[in-house]
Amino acid sequence: MSETPEIFCDGSGSPLAAAGMPELKAWFVREVLPLEANLMQFLRHNWRDHSDIEDILHDVYVRVYEAARRQIPDHAKAFVFTTARNLLSNRIRERAVIPIDAVSDLDALNVAIETPDPERGAVARDELRRISTAIDRLPPRGRQVVMLRRVDGLSRGEIAVRMGISEDAVSVHLSRAMDALASILFGDATDKGERP
Amino acid sequence: MSGTANLESRVTPGTKAIRAAASEWLERQERPDWGAREQAELDAWLGESAAHLTAYWRVEAAWRRTERLAALRSSEAHETSMRRRIRALLGKAAAAVAAVAMLAIGGNFLLRNSHEKVYATQIGGHRTLVLKDGSRIEINTDTILRVSDNDERRAWLDKGEAYFQIIHDAKRPFVVVAGNRRITDLGTKFVIRQDDMHFKVAVLEGLVRLAAKKDDAQSLLLEPGDSAIAKGNSLAVNKAAVSQLANELGWRRGVLVFDNETLGEAANEFNRYNSGKIVVADSAAANLRIVGTFPTNGVDGFVDVAQHILGVRVEKHGNETVISR
Repeated sequence: MSETPEIFCDGSGSPLAAAGMPELKAWFVREVLPLEANLMQFLRHNWRDHSDIEDILHDVYVRVYEAARRQIPDHAKAFVFTTARNLLSNRIRERAVIPIDAVSDLDALNVAIETPDPERGAVARDELRRISTAIDRLPPRGRQVVMLRRVDGLSRGEIAVRMGISEDAVSVHLSRAMDALASILFGDATDKGERP
Repeated sequence: MSGTANLESRVTPGTKAIRAAASEWLERQERPDWGAREQAELDAWLGESAAHLTAYWRVEAAWRRTERLAALRSSEAHETSMRRRIRALLGKAAAAVAAVAMLAIGGNFLLRNSHEKVYATQIGGHRTLVLKDGSRIEINTDTILRVSDNDERRAWLDKGEAYFQIIHDAKRPFVVVAGNRRITDLGTKFVIRQDDMHFKVAVLEGLVRLAAKKDDAQSLLLEPGDSAIAKGNSLAVNKAAVSQLANELGWRRGVLVFDNETLGEAANEFNRYNSGKIVVADSAAANLRIVGTFPTNGVDGFVDVAQHILGVRVEKHGNETVISR
């Protein structure tokens, strides 16, 4: 591991400045988000309290973002997993109680880092099928609003008329569906199944 | 985000709440009444913390990916939404512009032969004609097609692209004239494209005879899966599976399908359908390959994918989107 991310943020600058940094955002979307399925698997495997996992995931994102704002790392995957690993180590140290089975694999993490990137062309080819599958996993109303928006190209008002619900209700279904889709699409690409 | 050594205090109990808020912002942003004030509010929220910003990027990137669901759009749904959009956006102005365009371009022909009807689409347009005999013709973006209005089964593709589903009548074959070429249907579904540089006919079903307009002696019989492509005086015939031709007819469903096309080719396709043009500035970018399905009017989505997947640089200059490496 050549890069060691810093654990603590330095508090310099504001994230707002980064909103105007398309390069950083493009890097984050292209290199970091697609790692989420692997990262979730890694976190589940190495952290016993699964109710924390999503918080830890977003903590990793924040740290990766803050480091990348100073300089975009050359090797996104190694950098993200090193960040995750340091974050877990620090949490263990902070808690002063070591959940033994949680750390057992912490040194075997390099394995996760070595997993090859899926071939991009194949990914693109399967994309439509993957998205359709993700939509099937939404609750019925969420699925319906997404289909009406994306397939039929209807506006919020038109969807409301079609479904016989208020526009505000359409917004609620739609934003919840967006939220769920992010976790389905990035979080569990092949759905490894939850560990108990 | 204030720096602190106490990791426990940094653990945000509100991850779920932040994700939900990011999704709500994204949903609001898609409403038609989104304006500068709303954008300023969103910017302020994004500026509050890196957690807000990254959560927003995440949900936005996922939602962008669902854009390609438009590929599932049926031609029927597309037609109604198209008609509605055109009516809502342009109303009378569109009708007036279309009429002027028809007069300007079709006027000569109308004077010469009153037994013709002229059908035209603007950039991004798409319409379906049903002829008296039940044959259907779908015309694509930026197209001028004349159809004989008497018993003669004949059409002239002056510009653009059209998909023909012809009811076969052995005694009265349907003839399409495109430039200096004549295409005679022998029971058929086929598509013809004709523009300044380019003539192409591809057959999906039945048989088609391709000949020079005034000379039947040299003709060519095309079978399903065949495409004849002409540039100047040269003509090449490509043989492929019919299923491969289906990609080229994505426009009937309102989509463009790219399967390993270059970015340059893809940009040219988009430019046929949109008045805002994509310019690929250098050959390094133009030669990148792209796979995917996009709405024909989805320039922004396409450019976004190019930026994120291919890592190209994108700049907007007025009506032009310039892509470079």
